Amino acid sequence: MFIPAVLAVALGIVLFAGIGKDPTHLESALIGKPVPVFELADLQEPDTIHRDDVFVGEVSLLNVWGTWCPACRDEHDDLVWLARDEGVRIVGLNYKDNRDLALEWLDSLGNPYALSLYDPQGRLGFDLGVYGAPETYVIDADGIVRFRHVGVVTPQVWQQTLQPLVERYGKGG
Amino acid sequence: MGRILIVVWALLLPLAAVATSEVYPFDSAADQERFRTLISELRCPKCQNQNIADSNAPIARDMRDEVYRMLQQGATNQQVTDALVGRFGEFVLYKPQFDQRTALLWATPLIAVLGGVLVVIGIVIRGRRRDPSESSLSDAERRRAEQLLEDRDDGA
Repeated sequence: MFIPAVLAVALGIVLFAGIGKDPTHLESALIGKPVPVFELADLQEPDTIHRDDVFVGEVSLLNVWGTWCPACRDEHDDLVWLARDEGVRIVGLNYKDNRDLALEWLDSLGNPYALSLYDPQGRLGFDLGVYGAPETYVIDADGIVRFRHVGVVTPQVWQQTLQPLVERYGKGG
Repeated sequence: MGRILIVVWALLLPLAAVATSEVYPFDSAADQERFRTLISELRCPKCQNQNIADSNAPIARDMRDEVYRMLQQGATNQQVTDALVGRFGEFVLYKPQFDQRTALLWATPLIAVLGGVLVVIGIVIRGRRRDPSESSLSDAERRRAEQLLEDRDDGA
């Protein structure tokens, strides 16, 4: 009589703990590790090559996007707001996209990126473990990945999740 | 005639399925087999209940390409899974590695079996206890029962 009741309560606690957790949000495997080594052309200037040292010196957001990604369109205005009004340094990773389409997008919607990496094959995206654009990473001034947000960045996501991290690592570094 | 064509078409369908694996040509059948096993044991991070062999998601394709590339370069199965876990996390393993965090997960079947054995032992012990010498009837009840049985016999 006693044991089944205990088992039922224990099972209930375990199942209840799972409620509300979104299984499609995975923590990045790179948390606490440096940004993978890469060598990618600049989106605007194809002859300029960027390496992983672009993240050194200042805390940044790394935003993975593509013109093929509807949710990236949704967050774009908020990224522009973040860069312009909040003064956040955002590095763009144009992922599996077409250069002309990407440039047209930035021309017409505004360019929130301090720097845009062009990754048509998705090589850096693969090394980062990108599985669904848009994704936004918090990278500290030493180039260490601190956090990954999968999905659209909204003012709420910024205030509640990203801003505290950016401030914390911005001061530390 | 139409029916025969349908039968022929149906028989050819599996060949189309085989054809998809020809995108990844291997020199040896053993490597081919390793490739197939690996991609069936790696989980797609995007479409979470599919392995990367079955998934059509672009990311699953990238992962298959990476597994293929690594196998062609002579990587071991462990190196391949380590490389993907390093990028996408342990989530991609359908068979998680045994360590402190996954110990409970791996032990669950054993715990369930042991629990079942305990329940069976309990039932057996309780059954044994129903020994005639340990009858639960009190002396008064026993006398009354005998009386009732006697009355019945007299009645018959």
